[in-house]
Amino acid sequence: MEDVSAKFVSQKISRTRWRPLPAAALQPPDLFATGSWDNEDNRISIWSAGDLGNAGLNGEYHGEPHLLCDIQHNGDVMDMQFLDQERIVVASSTGAVTIFRHHQNNQTLSANHRWEKAHYHVDQDTSCGGAACTGVVCNNPEIVTVGEDGRINLFRADQKDAVRTIDNADSSTLHAVTFLRTTEILTVNSIGQLKIWDFRQQRNEPSQIFSLAGDRVPLHCVDRHPNQQHIVATGGQDGMLSIWDIRQGTMPVSLLNAHEAEMWEVHFHPSDPDHLFTCSEDGSLWHWDTSTNVSEKPSFLHQGGRSTAYLSHSTINQSVVSAWLSNDPTKDRMEITNLIPNQTLSVNSLDVLGPCLVYGTDAEAIYVNRQLFA
Amino acid sequence: MDELDTEPPLVVVPGADPSARQLCFAWGPAEVLVCETLFGRAGQGGRCCRALTGSIAGTGEGAPSSSRVFVVRRDQDIYIQTLRKLFNESHGIFMGLQRSEEELAGKSRKAQLVQVSKNYRSVIRACMEDMHQAAVSTRDPALQGQYSTQVSILSAMELIWNLCEILFVEAAAAGPLLLRLLDWVRLHVCDVDSMVREVLSSESPSKHKLFWNVVDVFVLQGRMDEARHLLSKEASANPTSMNMYKILDDLMKKMPVPSLGNTQTLTELELKWQHWHEECQRYLQDGTFASNPHMESICKILLGDEEAILEKKELMTTWYHFLVTRLLYSHPTVKPLELRFYAQSSMDLFLGGESSPEPLDLILMAAFEFEMHQVIKECSIVLSNWWFVAHLTDLLDHCKLLQSHNLYFGSNMREFLLLEYASGLFSHHSLWQLGVDYFDHCPEYGRVYLELHIERIPLSTEQKALKVLRICEQRQMHEQVRSICKIMAMKALRNNRLGSALSWSIRAKDAAFATLISDRFLKDYCERGCFSDLDLIDNLGPSMLLSDRLTFLGKYREFHRLYGEKRFPEAARLLLTLMTAHIAPCSFWMTLLTDALPLLEQKEVIFSAEQTYELMRCLEDLTAGNPDKQKFQDDDVETTKVEMLRLALARNLARVIVKEGTVEGS
Repeated sequence: MEDVSAKFVSQKISRTRWRPLPAAALQPPDLFATGSWDNEDNRISIWSAGDLGNAGLNGEYHGEPHLLCDIQHNGDVMDMQFLDQERIVVASSTGAVTIFRHHQNNQTLSANHRWEKAHYHVDQDTSCGGAACTGVVCNNPEIVTVGEDGRINLFRADQKDAVRTIDNADSSTLHAVTFLRTTEILTVNSIGQLKIWDFRQQRNEPSQIFSLAGDRVPLHCVDRHPNQQHIVATGGQDGMLSIWDIRQGTMPVSLLNAHEAEMWEVHFHPSDPDHLFTCSEDGSLWHWDTSTNVSEKPSFLHQGGRSTAYLSHSTINQSVVSAWLSNDPTKDRMEITNLIPNQTLSVNSLDVLGPCLVYGTDAEAIYVNRQLFA
Repeated sequence: MDELDTEPPLVVVPGADPSARQLCFAWGPAEVLVCETLFGRAGQGGRCCRALTGSIAGTGEGAPSSSRVFVVRRDQDIYIQTLRKLFNESHGIFMGLQRSEEELAGKSRKAQLVQVSKNYRSVIRACMEDMHQAAVSTRDPALQGQYSTQVSILSAMELIWNLCEILFVEAAAAGPLLLRLLDWVRLHVCDVDSMVREVLSSESPSKHKLFWNVVDVFVLQGRMDEARHLLSKEASANPTSMNMYKILDDLMKKMPVPSLGNTQTLTELELKWQHWHEECQRYLQDGTFASNPHMESICKILLGDEEAILEKKELMTTWYHFLVTRLLYSHPTVKPLELRFYAQSSMDLFLGGESSPEPLDLILMAAFEFEMHQVIKECSIVLSNWWFVAHLTDLLDHCKLLQSHNLYFGSNMREFLLLEYASGLFSHHSLWQLGVDYFDHCPEYGRVYLELHIERIPLSTEQKALKVLRICEQRQMHEQVRSICKIMAMKALRNNRLGSALSWSIRAKDAAFATLISDRFLKDYCERGCFSDLDLIDNLGPSMLLSDRLTFLGKYREFHRLYGEKRFPEAARLLLTLMTAHIAPCSFWMTLLTDALPLLEQKEVIFSAEQTYELMRCLEDLTAGNPDKQKFQDDDVETTKVEMLRLALARNLARVIVKEGTVEGS
């Protein structure tokens, strides 16, 4: 863990996100954004991951992250995501959804557009109205938000009003949302359900409902396999990681015992989906690696993307397809590493891109690991 | 109770005017509420309590000025942005120290504790640097002043901590003790550093006007090699006095110093030192250095001449530097317990009655006297935060140095200070999470404190509530879990989020509240004729058994589903069970019977004869058993309903008798 640089930032971090790389970029990501929560004065900040100019001979980077610019944000930052290279969509506990623009020439942030009461209780005009917006996902120019009010909003970055709103989509709190395909989204809620919504349908009903059997453990996060869209991972209140195959059944394919407390985020590695990362309230961050389980399969690491050449071979193809689904925990074919040995306070957020990992904690620190697969 | 040994400090509340009106106050967990009363200055003290309620209620009966309430915070440092790094980073070290229980014995345990102490100090230093940066970069003079004050406070804390580390944690023995103290002085007396840098960077240092000052600084701090290096430059420029330089250089080179390893015994060192001392004495007496006053004074310093050392007062700046220099040149093998005598006399000599000792001086003096409790007490009074004393005391406690001491209140000093510190953290809107772990390590009162504080955390979002809930659940604080879930359920209910409200009450296993919400669902159904939040009600699972009403809600919904799926016999059976097993509340029976109507009117017979009798009995029970008979007679709709039901039941009975008769007969 020598490659991890830490910085104490005097605010509890609720979200960290790498700025997406332009297509065909070869460099590792260098900029990330953070959002804070539970402060009197919450902020969105843009950080430089460390000075590239200081790269040592063997490719190590030195220097801690340093602040480029920040801006005040009304309410806790509940979720955020980059819309493109310059714009960040931020969900607030006040129910507002804001697009911030990062001006790279003079390193400033400004509010670009705001939907003031995207999420609200009862009546949009009453004073008690705002309901926390808990999740946001973008697929430029579309933005989907979900909230404690059980509402789903579909916005377009360039339009003032919501394109589509599903009131009372869920009777409990929606905790997270992600895109399944361009017109379909996945949501998870506080009674252990995973729902698929299709915006092409005019009906305000989910097209499919999946649920955990038994205890209705709330689900807090969801991510979809980047290449195999039917594989979905969710994390729950009991720290359990569930893998779902949305082509079949209504229950998860596998339930993997993981953290001791709420799993706040789960992310497949965008270009190496054999790797999965989860973080939790118990202060741990786990790296799940299924790439080591098939010994004959060559490693895809450090190739900057999925390698289609390997997939042409049918037997290997088979093993790749089933890497997550066929996974049987008893066979011990998955390698799991806890990346934070002595942490005590919650790790609220993580993001992976290329060989880099960034995460933020309630201990008011952000950490950057630039050599994830070293 | 002990008497107060210092006057309590005066706190001025800006905006309040105690000269015009009496102030009253109320204690909070970590702050004090102060308000102006209606009473003028002349009033008696006893009356101010009565005024308190009126003012806080803010009724505005009095003069406008008396309607203000001030919040006076005690632990103000908590609110300084830069110090949050100190709190967070030291929290990690603190937790590490608590985990590292005493599996290690003797030397390695001591090394571990010293390492912990060093980690704490490096956090203080890092914070000091940040604060310094902030002071430099800000343009606001007021802010700058504030930062500079903080820098000096942090630097004093580090100075005290370092001395405590040497004397208490490491408990250095005679010999190494002096080396540690020298390091301590070198690290903290940095006023002269700029002068040294200026001289060394000049073209020819030996010509610089401050040259001899720098040499003196090196000698006073025992940095012999550096002093000799400088002197050699001067020597090469003055070939005439070459011999003199050589002798001084030789003396400085030969000076025996204690070694860290065990290569020589203390007696050996003392013998060598005695010998060297006599040699210096000889050179001074035969006037070798008489021609050069600078070198003569250096020789006197080497001899430990107090007068000569005191002449360099400006170069030492502090009495503790003087103390260490004096020890270096006259008592290099000083034992820890002898320190107090030298410390006291050094301070007296250095201050020379001109100025009285400052609080920092008294704290350091107490440390030299090995009065640990005095150190902690003075620090508590002087420093504006509990961070320092809480962490230092905890460390000393882990060194097993404080065990004998019990307070006449609370449990022991460690716990008392940790509780104070953690309470301060809890009063902060964001740092409360850190406080939890500190309370966990207070065996006696920690839990009670945590219980009282955690209930007062404002729950602004569900996510925050979940975090607080997790803290309580991990510690089996059932009462608090219940209360948090209830608050959240109440909030959801107020926002008309019945589904969420039900989820929260299920989590709290709060049967009464689940009943309340189920009733709301049923009421909504009666009004609207359809269920809301089906996704939740259909998926209740085992949690349905939490309350009778919830069971009924779930089962009733199941009836509707069966009906919708045209599974009439099953639906009918369920409907009847709901009434006969008394799952349904009586007030709902009418609705249930009405729901039976379409089943009775189906083409094929659904209710058996026995079931029909049961239904009839239910209807009669309802109409007869209801004390409020008037209602049925007055209400036309209700009467019609009952009539229709009776008719339908009779017709169904007729049909079923025929059908059952035929079936059995055939």
